[in-house]
Amino acid sequence: MTSRPATVRVAAGQGFWGDWLEAPYRQVTGGPIDYLMMDYLAEVTMSILQKQKSRDASLGYATDFITQMERILPTVIERGIKVTANAGGVNPRACAAAVAAVAKKLGLSGKLKIGVVTGDDLLGRLDGLVARGHELKNLDTGRPLRDVRDRVLSANAYLGAAPVVDALRRGAQVVITGRVTDTGLTLGPLMHAFGWSGDAWDLIAAGTVAGHIIECGAQASGGNCLNDWEHIPDLANVGYPIVEAQAGGTFELVKHPRSGGRIDVAGVTEQLVYEMGDPQSYITPDGIADFTTIQLKQNGKDRVQVSGVKGKPATDKLKVSIAYFYGYKAVGTLVYAWPDALKKAQAADRVLRQRLEDLKLKFEAIHTEFVGATATHGPLALADFDASEIPEVQLRIGVRSADQAPVDRFTREIAPLILNGPPSVTGFAGGRPKPEEIVAYWPALIDRKVVEPKVEIVDA
Amino acid sequence: MTRGRAGRAGRARRARTIRLVEIAHARSGDKGDTANIGLIARNPKDYPLLVKQVTAARVARHFTGMIKGLVERFELPNLFALNFLLHGALDGGGTISLKTDAQGKVFSTALLRMEIEVGR
Repeated sequence: MTSRPATVRVAAGQGFWGDWLEAPYRQVTGGPIDYLMMDYLAEVTMSILQKQKSRDASLGYATDFITQMERILPTVIERGIKVTANAGGVNPRACAAAVAAVAKKLGLSGKLKIGVVTGDDLLGRLDGLVARGHELKNLDTGRPLRDVRDRVLSANAYLGAAPVVDALRRGAQVVITGRVTDTGLTLGPLMHAFGWSGDAWDLIAAGTVAGHIIECGAQASGGNCLNDWEHIPDLANVGYPIVEAQAGGTFELVKHPRSGGRIDVAGVTEQLVYEMGDPQSYITPDGIADFTTIQLKQNGKDRVQVSGVKGKPATDKLKVSIAYFYGYKAVGTLVYAWPDALKKAQAADRVLRQRLEDLKLKFEAIHTEFVGATATHGPLALADFDASEIPEVQLRIGVRSADQAPVDRFTREIAPLILNGPPSVTGFAGGRPKPEEIVAYWPALIDRKVVEPKVEIVDA
Repeated sequence: MTRGRAGRAGRARRARTIRLVEIAHARSGDKGDTANIGLIARNPKDYPLLVKQVTAARVARHFTGMIKGLVERFELPNLFALNFLLHGALDGGGTISLKTDAQGKVFSTALLRMEIEVGR
């Protein structure tokens, strides 16, 4: 075993599938880092990937990752940077094979070990699990999974940092996982580099908080930051955040020199409270972090220290992310102009709703918004300005149903309003709305002991 | 229906009414059909004002007609922040929702319209 480093730098490269393509390259070339972590999996992403895999057994992973690796792999190997990514989706082995092919193409064969983490995919085991009494009740509604079992498209347990640590310990330079938590991709490298044990709960919590802060990429370094937003410098050139950690669990958030954005206490606080539930109980597979113990301090320009984090032992459950087919929806829009733009849009909404009712179409929901007036702030918006002077309002109306037929019929009812509804209407160039299939998310818990993470090492 | 800010000036001579946006910033996100709003004092000295006046009950009243469920509040005195959970706020949330703001990303800014009293 080599000696432990004094500090370890884990850089965020992607905050979601679709994030800035330039970020990973800038992170590996803009200054020293030890690890690059890339988060690709949102809740419904797994079902999309499962669908792709069912059509072609060699697919089912985040293909962006391969393009990214082709660009950064020479630098990654030259500088000895390690990569953790949950880009494997529902097919981490195929993702690893694609990365190995890229390494070969770049003449880097024999220079790369890839760690592959699987064991999260429960789709093929669902009936057995349900038969053995695992109800997989919906955490929000309490309904048992059997209510939607025949419509389930994917089911993945959230794995934590442990298999990532295992892969790194076995020499992997690139670790490709399925549904490993976003935070585990940062915590794993820290546990490995510093030799943190899995029951050092305060350290686990510190690494989890570090992961939470950088898992959304630039949202911790000036992106989507409300505080003083107009003065955040050079967002065009925004530097993604980097965790600079010490073995004792204290870490600093920094970014590469000469990059844009800002790292300050206010911005880091915004990211800490993002998607937060009970702050004393931020539960991950690795442990529970208490966000009310976090201490922040500005240690210099674009440098925020995070310390004092306390943790509690992990629970005996893992969260399971299940996706199932829910039904259909469609959303149509039209734009109404001054004078009385809002009134016209409201009148059009009434006309349309009456027509849907006269057609006896059954919907689970009809939802109307007036974009430009009340879409995001509801009635609160109208209290603060004179609605009669709004230059234009977009009428945005959506419907949802278990059946496709009423949704299809709805899509034919928008365009006629242009000629047979209230006046001063435009903005229909996109044609009639397209019905979409709804794949919904079913969160559940399962006993940890029935999920077995597996780690393989592949030589590229 | 407009409530001009000037119209309120004479109401109380010592207390001044301001909107939260003047002393706080916020970020919000989602978990299923629940939106969360983290409300953060721009200056730590204003955190007690938030604790005292921005109660779960007031936030529930503020969002009347916009949310179907309860409002929970958690305190983070270490960050000078409050966290609110607004249940039933997102028309089912995620992919089910028909809302523009299906993931509650800007619910936070709607809270910043709330008025509180300062400077007694």
